[in-house]
Amino acid sequence: MTWMRTPVVGLLVLLAIVFQVSLFSSLEIDGVAPDLALLVVIAAALVRGPEYATVLGFVAGLLVDIAPPADHSAGRWALSFAVSGYLAGMVRRDARSSALAAVVVVAAGAFVATSIFALSGLLIGDQRVEVGNALQVIPVAVLYDVLLTPLVIPLVIAVLDGLQPVTDWR
Amino acid sequence: MTARDTGRSRTVLALLILASVTLITLDGASGDGSPVAPLRTGAADVFGPAESVVSSAVRPITDLPGHLSAVSELQEHNEQLESDNARLQAQLETSDLVRNRADQVDGLFDVGSLHHFQIVPAQVIALGPAQSFGQTVTIDAGTRDGVAADMTVLNDDGLVGRVVSADAFTSTVLLIVDADSVVGGRLASSMELGFLDGEGNLSADGTLSLSLVDKDALPQIGDTVVSWGSRNDAPYVPAVPIGRVLSVRRSPRELSATATVQPYVDFSSLDIVGVVVGTDPRAARTQLGNQAGGPTAHPSAGPVSAG
Repeated sequence: MTWMRTPVVGLLVLLAIVFQVSLFSSLEIDGVAPDLALLVVIAAALVRGPEYATVLGFVAGLLVDIAPPADHSAGRWALSFAVSGYLAGMVRRDARSSALAAVVVVAAGAFVATSIFALSGLLIGDQRVEVGNALQVIPVAVLYDVLLTPLVIPLVIAVLDGLQPVTDWR
Repeated sequence: MTARDTGRSRTVLALLILASVTLITLDGASGDGSPVAPLRTGAADVFGPAESVVSSAVRPITDLPGHLSAVSELQEHNEQLESDNARLQAQLETSDLVRNRADQVDGLFDVGSLHHFQIVPAQVIALGPAQSFGQTVTIDAGTRDGVAADMTVLNDDGLVGRVVSADAFTSTVLLIVDADSVVGGRLASSMELGFLDGEGNLSADGTLSLSLVDKDALPQIGDTVVSWGSRNDAPYVPAVPIGRVLSVRRSPRELSATATVQPYVDFSSLDIVGVVVGTDPRAARTQLGNQAGGPTAHPSAGPVSAG
């Protein structure tokens, strides 16, 4: 079953990206749509560890960077998701033990990812990023991601576990 | 996890961070000739149609809230009546939606024939999230429909934005409320010129800030601002209504007055938009020469009948 892992994870990421711009753009809170792709990366981090999650985070982030209607410098979400995936993978042993811990990891991951994206914009002089605006957007983004955690994370974990029954995370 | 695994994943992380930074630098520094451009085109060809499908599939669901509240008022009626009502209500909601969208398309055609624009209608299928800080949307018209970069996008209310990139099936539109967007504007009452900067706010109270070129000119509250028009009509065609002056601010520090402009377009509920793929300057000239004989009724008939 392991050979199916890459296409299935790829499909999950693609679906997440399409849904986050098409479906959730009509369910946005204050303009903020949930980072579904990031949730997939964090779920993968909880199942497969930091190395896999860093690579998946980079790839998923890069797709978010170049999928329409994205218009910023490519690589910014790639950087954010890679770091976020790495951190989530590092704490996975504690995080898989309870649902609450998973929620905390998602909140932290979303905070890290949106912050790195905003900071990278400030660093390269993207005029669209303003500190005040970022301080408004980041908490809402974290909250929305946490709200969707019970729906997305167990689903992705179940899919990944199903594809690789031998769990070696303990 | 062993120490070796930790070391390896750190190396992977470091490598990918480096790769990201390189990408950001390359893409940011090289502008239009960016090595990422072919990747973006490829992604647009895959994601564009997918976004189109998902968007049209979920449209009835996302339009549902109004429907649900209408049905809840009928709860005291008996079961049969209730289900009948729900069914009729559903039909009504759908027909409302269809009628609204038909109205929007009609409005677009009116705008088109008024200004002699050739307009390609399109539908907004995806919206960039606020976390990306950019106000861009995807529309379901691309190079196959004649859309190209730097074309004006409008709807029946006014100016929406401009096309920043066009791919085969979809295009990306930068909205005028984006903080990166600058539009040349003209006060309809005094013909004064100015520049409208987006403030990066998509919501209903999102505004534009207008600074006038003439430092002595003072906009009046309620004045209409229309587009000034760029050279060769790219990226903005002239005389499209943009918004209404909400308030005027004048500080000693700044040379000219700044006005807050409320756009006519409601960016939070964008649906049908039109891309101006061409203008017919001859039609406008003919009409001017034809004034004695009455206005030409149809833009395409104009030049022919006068020629």
